[in-house]
Amino acid sequence: MRKIFNFESETRSYARRNTRSFGGNVVMGFFLAVLGYIFFFPVLFMYNNALKPLNEMFMFPPKVFVRNPTFNNFLDLFRVLANTLVPFGRYMFNSLFVIVIGSVGHIIIASLCAYPLAKYTFPGSKFISKLIVYSLMFNATVTTIPNFITISKLGLIDSYGAIIIPSFASTLGLYFMMNFMEGIPDSLLEAAKIDGASHLRIHFSIVLPLVKPAWVTAFILIFQSLWGSTGDSFIYKENLKSVAYMMSQIAGGSSVGVARAGVLAAASAIMFSIPAVIFLLMQTNVINTMATSGIKE
Amino acid sequence: MKKTKWQNLIHQIKKSYMFYLMMAPFLLFFVVFAVYPVLKAIFYSFTDYNILEKPNFIGLKNYAQLILHDAIFIKAIQNTFIIAVFVGPFGYILSFLVAWLINELPHWLGTIMTIVFYMPSMAGGAMLIFSLLFSNDSNGYINAYLLDWGLIDAPILWLTSAKTVLVLVIVISVWMSLGVGFLSFVAGIKNVQEDQYEAAAIDGIRNRWQELWFITLPNMKPQLLFGAVMSITGSFSVGAVADSLVGFPSPSYASHTIVNHLNDYGLIRLEMGRASAIAVILFFIMIVSNLLVQKLLRKVGT
Repeated sequence: MRKIFNFESETRSYARRNTRSFGGNVVMGFFLAVLGYIFFFPVLFMYNNALKPLNEMFMFPPKVFVRNPTFNNFLDLFRVLANTLVPFGRYMFNSLFVIVIGSVGHIIIASLCAYPLAKYTFPGSKFISKLIVYSLMFNATVTTIPNFITISKLGLIDSYGAIIIPSFASTLGLYFMMNFMEGIPDSLLEAAKIDGASHLRIHFSIVLPLVKPAWVTAFILIFQSLWGSTGDSFIYKENLKSVAYMMSQIAGGSSVGVARAGVLAAASAIMFSIPAVIFLLMQTNVINTMATSGIKE
Repeated sequence: MKKTKWQNLIHQIKKSYMFYLMMAPFLLFFVVFAVYPVLKAIFYSFTDYNILEKPNFIGLKNYAQLILHDAIFIKAIQNTFIIAVFVGPFGYILSFLVAWLINELPHWLGTIMTIVFYMPSMAGGAMLIFSLLFSNDSNGYINAYLLDWGLIDAPILWLTSAKTVLVLVIVISVWMSLGVGFLSFVAGIKNVQEDQYEAAAIDGIRNRWQELWFITLPNMKPQLLFGAVMSITGSFSVGAVADSLVGFPSPSYASHTIVNHLNDYGLIRLEMGRASAIAVILFFIMIVSNLLVQKLLRKVGT
């Protein structure tokens, strides 16, 4: 197996240590720390804001860090959530349903396509692989209009399908799985073949378990995009709307009232935390997948 | 001779029928939602389609209208290129630099820093933070600090002044630009074999910059290519940032991009012909700049 399947940082050799000056290390470390703070600051600010009592939120001069942290904003948020147009559980169900079907469907369909492309050459295989790399070079912004028309012609407006089905066609996840599968030794597949396993059988019982990091990454990508989806111009029925849509309604656009500022801060902290936690839990898989993400020449 | 070639091909196709079956479901969705839409957009761009009536062929009129008579579209092209020129290269180099520095850290600290830098790209909905930071009145944090320190004597209208809106969009887009490409760099640098560095150190590599140029970069070409694709595609499709920061349209179209223009015609005015022409122009801008940059990057270290 390639090195990617055994992934640990190693200690630097003696000879190589001479290429690092102490002063350089200090300057680089300082640079990274400052940059890290700048990048982390808005996130830090968001969590601090969510914990601020209202008087601290509108204090002058304002302070970034909270002094008397309180969970009142979250309690207020739950009070708002208890009085939504449709029970909050329904929004939650809609989001989860779309994410589960969208990601599981995508992983099964895309991995089935990735396996032959990664491990075999047959008429058309090179062309399709190339087409998939080309499709990474433009994104959904280009295809919005025709896809909107296709989805409405298929009668999918105001149904989960309008959100789920386009995510099946996402090529980034397929691309990661395809590249990762190339690292599987041919001998392993040959052996299974000799034992009489069909390609489908090999795919589900050998290939998929081996490329777990790749489909976990595909899952995270789909999760991030579907969790943030408000169903804009596809979903009009309130009882089919997502959590992201409901939370954006709390925000009420650009005119944020004083009374809602706390609720809003709590809502955005929660909306951000959920994909962040999922990424945190699965980040080793993502890094392992990314090791094979390169475009070959 | 020709006949046997064909027979051979047919034989191969028959032999691989299982592969075609396995790929069929994905390819169906891929064709319907990724290939067909591009062709359809090209077709619609030559018509006056508006969803309600049948499309009539009108030749290049949509393109002519956009380029000759639509001052806002020209503005959108300018803004898109300004944003892409800043966000693309800057975000790309920053991604690489950060990934490279992270690789020097102990494993656990490197993991934490990777997450810290990646987090903003997940924060699609966290624009609220920036509207608070850059709020126009003296309650906006940036204004309040600047007032407090005596650097300004009246609040700056960050979100309504045409001068500052575009800058804010660029800053936030850079903040969000350390995404999948960045992760690819982090993993790619980690995967360069240690013995290559060792050999290079013995062969007379003096410092980290030489090591970067002669060993790390040439070894990372596939990741560099992939990162470039992600970064170019992403920086040309900036549009949602301005929407959620200052609403649509932005003050005197200061941060109006091609994507905003596309959504305006496609999803609000439902002038699908015109919108498709915009989409086709955006499509070619993305593909051409991707292919150009790929060509450039392939020269790294050769």
